[in-house]
Amino acid sequence: MAIWCARLSVDRWRLSLGRESDGSESQRGASGLETQPTVLIAETAHGPRIEAANDAAREAGARPGMMLADARTLCPQIQTAPADPAGDLAFLEKLAVWAQRWGPWSALDRPDGLLVDVTGAAHLFGGETRLLTDVEANFAKRSLAMRAAIAPTAGAAWALAHYGPAKAILGTQEDAMRRLSDLPVAALRLDGDVLTVLRRLGLKKLGDLSDITQGAASRSEAAARDALHRRFRNRKSPSANPLIRLDQLLGRVPEPLLPVVQQRLPLVQRRLMEPLRHRSLLDRVLSDLAEDMARELEGRGEGARRLELGLWRVDGEVIVRRLELAAATREPAHITRLFADKLENIEAGFGIETIRLRASWAEPLHSAQCDIEESAQRRGTSLSACIDRLTVRLGPNAVRRPVPHASHLPERSQRWRGPLEPDGLEHEPASQGALELYAKPLKLLDEPERIAVLYASPDGYPQRFRWRGNVHEVTRVEGPERIAPEWWRAKSTARLRDYYRIEDAQGRRYWIYRCGIAGDGRGGTPDWFLQGLLA
Amino acid sequence: MVFLMTSSILPPSAKALHDFPVPSRLKAGGQRYVGADLHLSSNDVAALSKAREGRWQPGLTDQPFHSEIFTGAADASGAGLALALARDALSVEGQQQDTLAEVEDRRQVLWVQDRRAIQRSGRPYTQGLPREMRDRLIHVEAGSPEDALFALEEGLRCRDFACVIGEITGNPRALDFTASRRLSLAAEKHGTALWLVRLEAEADLSSARMRWRVEAAPSASPRWNAAAPGAPVWKAELFRARRHAPGKWILSDDKGCLCANDPLRAAQPAKFSSPDIGHLVRPTVGRSLAAVARA
Repeated sequence: MAIWCARLSVDRWRLSLGRESDGSESQRGASGLETQPTVLIAETAHGPRIEAANDAAREAGARPGMMLADARTLCPQIQTAPADPAGDLAFLEKLAVWAQRWGPWSALDRPDGLLVDVTGAAHLFGGETRLLTDVEANFAKRSLAMRAAIAPTAGAAWALAHYGPAKAILGTQEDAMRRLSDLPVAALRLDGDVLTVLRRLGLKKLGDLSDITQGAASRSEAAARDALHRRFRNRKSPSANPLIRLDQLLGRVPEPLLPVVQQRLPLVQRRLMEPLRHRSLLDRVLSDLAEDMARELEGRGEGARRLELGLWRVDGEVIVRRLELAAATREPAHITRLFADKLENIEAGFGIETIRLRASWAEPLHSAQCDIEESAQRRGTSLSACIDRLTVRLGPNAVRRPVPHASHLPERSQRWRGPLEPDGLEHEPASQGALELYAKPLKLLDEPERIAVLYASPDGYPQRFRWRGNVHEVTRVEGPERIAPEWWRAKSTARLRDYYRIEDAQGRRYWIYRCGIAGDGRGGTPDWFLQGLLA
Repeated sequence: MVFLMTSSILPPSAKALHDFPVPSRLKAGGQRYVGADLHLSSNDVAALSKAREGRWQPGLTDQPFHSEIFTGAADASGAGLALALARDALSVEGQQQDTLAEVEDRRQVLWVQDRRAIQRSGRPYTQGLPREMRDRLIHVEAGSPEDALFALEEGLRCRDFACVIGEITGNPRALDFTASRRLSLAAEKHGTALWLVRLEAEADLSSARMRWRVEAAPSASPRWNAAAPGAPVWKAELFRARRHAPGKWILSDDKGCLCANDPLRAAQPAKFSSPDIGHLVRPTVGRSLAAVARA
């Protein structure tokens, strides 16, 4: 069954008006607003554009897709309201869950439709006709304009809902093509430019298209069929290829849909008789909530990865504290401890009256021998608990792990990832094998530091240089190790580097490089940099 | 000094004396034995002094859990020595475990740096790390010394870390005797070793069990390229330790094993650090053309 909410955004706007004026004396004013020509607009680079228009505005000549200025010339008294596509989508998702009253699962049909699977469910409502009547009645109760149709395939139901007669039902035994042959080709859910192509080819109805693709009575028709196949041969996307859409409509090729599944997030809350103003009481309530949450999660066999703590103050202010965990957990003591660091700077004001803890991201976690705080005292904490504590205090980017990356440049050859994340090298190693010809430095400076060469030896490397105000006398040198720039990502003026391992008179060992060589045509005299410290 | 004076009232067992160095135990024992008529035999004194005067050497079994290494920020010798000592301790620990234990140590290593240490001496570089540590490192970038101390303590409390290495620049106010005592206690309670590298710092009060001062030393020439820098060599001074006499060593990290040389002997030409891989070239004796030409 396909349901098309033809005026979804306008209906939402109207309902929101009604809710605002509900119970107030301005009921008449709101209804007056509804009858005025109103358009919902979206800001674009070329000025406001109309996304949807109500009936009065449509009569006045405003159409979706028009610029607002054009519509104003047709109807100067037109009213505007901002469009809300994200809100429409969220509303549609809720509608899809609500529509599961008629079938086991439903899918979104963006931007303003729903598809409900009613296979074998119609007899519960007394047949398909009465099912459609029930749908219409329920939508009318919510005062949403809609058209619905039932057909064996999603494509056929969509076509009938959008372009067919009202409350159309296509049975499984009927010949679908004969019923649908009078519908326009737009009923195939095609992109706009494909529709233009079909119109120019003279294919206006579904019947025209199916005649060409199926029966080839004469040679010219066969030629037309081959031409059509050739024309759309490279269009893999169904919405760009009318032939695939036609097959989907007739059920010859499968059309997978993504069902909407409602997920209930674990949520625990406490409403307090007396507003809380002190930290100790808050900690007490928090530990109670953490225990409730642990019980809730244990029942579902899950562990929390992200937790949100909402504190509702008496004066209506909401304070939200968010916590991300390195691994799924449901230990109340651990959760309480991590939140305790986040509750330092909470302004209680006149008091906190409701506290709610929600696990907005949970992962399956099987029951295991619990690692409770006593054992942490005795045997130490586990790795994930330790990382959680560090991350909460120091920030998410402070605790990281180096992983190799496929690059020859030293500063690019390692990347930093979260300590428990996989390093992403399962499929492809960063390099075929480490080159062990030269010892690499133990530590790398974040930015290579420029060194002033006081005296260079005839071989080209510095014999004496100054770095951070100290003069170093080079006694031993190994090199050069030449690393070419990465031409596939760097500019053409990037210079190569010649790396040298050096040791100075005191035995300090450094990794220095010369950026470029004299006369390479990519700049003046090459500079020297110090990049790494060897052990 | 306090230890040696009070040790005369303890039972005459050099072994018991040897492992008393926790001050709290000293007090309890001292009360009990005050009235007893005790004196050490010369053998006990000799054993005691030998135990206490024993020179440190790599590969000792009783590794301390909290060591400090003082060094300058202009080279990586502090971090290098800390890594070498950590690997030495871990290999000793691995040998002590029975055969049923895990064959390979896969525990992580925590490396904590405060922001000034990163600015002054850089971050660890994977390809320069010892091979077995390359995929076991977890790095913490702490904004302030307080955060670094917090991270160090949390790391010591975690049972999944093989060891903890810290780098803190200067003498921050947060790192006083109390803080270092906290670190010592946490390390000893949970059995995780800590090597704290102090960059450009004065050796003020601390409860570290071993305190080193290290600087780089000229390395030995590699066998195949005499002009190149060789394996890392450090001039290390152990200036405060509970169980060992202070001393100076020339330490070198040769293919992953820590070697100690006496500085006096090191003044003589050092041995080649590259492995001797046998006679690649047959020695020219007698019959070679060169010998003929020379004759």
